[in-house]
Amino acid sequence: MISRRDFLQVSMAASALYGASGFGNWGRLAAQQTLTQDQLLEFETFGNVSLIHVTDIHAQLKPIYFREPSINLGMGDNKGAVPHITGADFRKAYGISDGSPSAYALTYDDFTSLAQGYGRVGGLDRMATVINAIRADRPDALLLDGGDTWHGSMTCHKTEGQDMVNVMNALAPDAMTFHWEFTLGSERVNELVESLPFTSLGQNIFDAEWDEPAELFKPYKMFERGGVKVAVIGQAFPYMPIANPRWMFPEYSFGIREDNMREMVAEVRGKGAELVVLLSHNGFDVDKKMASNVDGIDVILSGHTHDALPEPVLIGKTHIIASGSNGKFVSRIDLDVRDGEMKGIKHKLIPIFSDVITPDADVAKLIDAQRAPYEAELKEVIGKTESLLYRRGNFNGSWDDLICDALISEREADIAMSPGVRWGPSILPGQEITREDIWNVTSMSYGEAYRSEMTGEFIHTILEDVGDNLFNPDPYYQQGGDMVRIGGMGYKIDVSKPQGERITDMTLLKTGEKIDPAKTYVVAGWASVNEGTEGPQIWDVVEDHIKKQGTIKLEPNNSVQVTGA
Amino acid sequence: MTFSRRDTLALGAGAVAFSFMPFQVSAAADEAIAAFTGGAEVAEGGITLTAPEIAENGNTVPVSVDASGAMSILLLATGNPTPGVATFNFGELAGSQSASTRMRLAGTQDVVAIAKMADGSFARAASTVKVTIGGCGG
Repeated sequence: MISRRDFLQVSMAASALYGASGFGNWGRLAAQQTLTQDQLLEFETFGNVSLIHVTDIHAQLKPIYFREPSINLGMGDNKGAVPHITGADFRKAYGISDGSPSAYALTYDDFTSLAQGYGRVGGLDRMATVINAIRADRPDALLLDGGDTWHGSMTCHKTEGQDMVNVMNALAPDAMTFHWEFTLGSERVNELVESLPFTSLGQNIFDAEWDEPAELFKPYKMFERGGVKVAVIGQAFPYMPIANPRWMFPEYSFGIREDNMREMVAEVRGKGAELVVLLSHNGFDVDKKMASNVDGIDVILSGHTHDALPEPVLIGKTHIIASGSNGKFVSRIDLDVRDGEMKGIKHKLIPIFSDVITPDADVAKLIDAQRAPYEAELKEVIGKTESLLYRRGNFNGSWDDLICDALISEREADIAMSPGVRWGPSILPGQEITREDIWNVTSMSYGEAYRSEMTGEFIHTILEDVGDNLFNPDPYYQQGGDMVRIGGMGYKIDVSKPQGERITDMTLLKTGEKIDPAKTYVVAGWASVNEGTEGPQIWDVVEDHIKKQGTIKLEPNNSVQVTGA
Repeated sequence: MTFSRRDTLALGAGAVAFSFMPFQVSAAADEAIAAFTGGAEVAEGGITLTAPEIAENGNTVPVSVDASGAMSILLLATGNPTPGVATFNFGELAGSQSASTRMRLAGTQDVVAIAKMADGSFARAASTVKVTIGGCGG
């Protein structure tokens, strides 16, 4: 692991720059109420190639609030390494002052008060303004979309991704890779991909029957930019058929396919690529391992795990860029490529403060047109919250506490399970909860809320299985989500133990009794990967619950005790 | 094909019962290796085994082996009740010594390939393949 200081030194040696990061510290400016769009965009154009990275937008067309996690544990070599530091540790590592715009954008503390001060983030119309400004500096900049774009809102669900395709096409990406898009079903994915005016990438998207590269998706695309031959290789989320329902896209197989990646790098180098960029949906730790195992990748644009980092992480000669989620950030990467190799890098993670950045008028109009048929449904107020509702964190978040409460009361269950996904915006205390807000944290093509009986032993097995997908020390065996959220039951977890030994002291909260492995409990949950799951849609269950409650007030959740971190 | 909820849960439970703990290398796997090598020393390397890190479907896991100069390659799923998957034999005129197949894995376990080289030496490669319930992807 290379420390930040090492990185800066290496970078300076490579590029003769005063530092590779252009991430500003705007605390004083903001205090003076003078933070402007120009300051957010300020960037001295460098080198001869520019990349623009957006990823994991999760269909958030409009500005939202998004609270970053307070706990994000790294395992093995990644223990305590970025992105596995949060809060004050994160601010200290990057020299970010408390209460500054960067603190608001990148850390969780004082979220409610900072959000009230700095306002919402994201919005594709604001992202369009930033992208256009970069293109004004560098007209041939490559815009690369890391995927998880066609999922995550009511309009996206009801139009089966069409709203996002329409708006993204207006932003004119040069290439894209994929994850949740496939949960639209392979037929719809194929249809949309065939319609795209840019290339769909994934060196690891294979035909499941023949175990050969899938025809519709290309492993890489060669571009010529600033007189430089640039290869962009794609990597879709490797574990789609495991983390998401395989039956929805049975024709496709994925996997990490490191050997094939090595071959693709060699192939593009053989074709004269002077710069090799990997547009990845691996997740950050998987990208780190891939960078250390596969030579010849200059830049990895990393997605999936929703991390936002103000500086690139250098592994060997590979710079890894993490650009956040839900439309909160756009990354600009300027590169100096000469004599067939990358000589220097300059990078800026641009936070999309929606009150500071002027929306692009054309894209704003296009977004409103997508939403117009659903506007009345979206805006309907269902209830109000006195508590901050957020999702991110390894073990629980208040949104999932609320969803689990809804499952237990609406479906008359002992225990509730909510999947450990990382998407879904936050709602501030005092805000009304609209139907759109509920769909933003629940919408998916397999949202049926099941109710079934499980033995204590089976529940334990599920927790151990999911725990290993998160806390296996080898990143190639991780799937990049968080722990399944549990309502109605507490447990202890020692993350340092192997699978089968991490979870102990499972307790039924309503009685305080230990969970009996042989006894049967009624469990309600949603997002089962099994075909034929029956039940009402989760967003209806949550809406009914919030309606009955009127005003949501949640107690702090202390039901998971974590050790071994 | 559609499953009722009960069928689905039954399937889930079946999968889980198998995937709970990494399976131990069975005595049968050791015996199969001993029979193939005649007890000779086995070196690491010289053979490539390609298998997924996590199986997309434990019932049909693609696997391939490649060992330049091999006369035969033994492929074992060491945690299966019956570990033997295949033995590939290559004639003198074979253009390459590689093969692909699919195997069923009872649970998370090591897959092992051993190549018998023309000079009588043996080479080994192993890979852990995880079989999981799934769900909960970010």
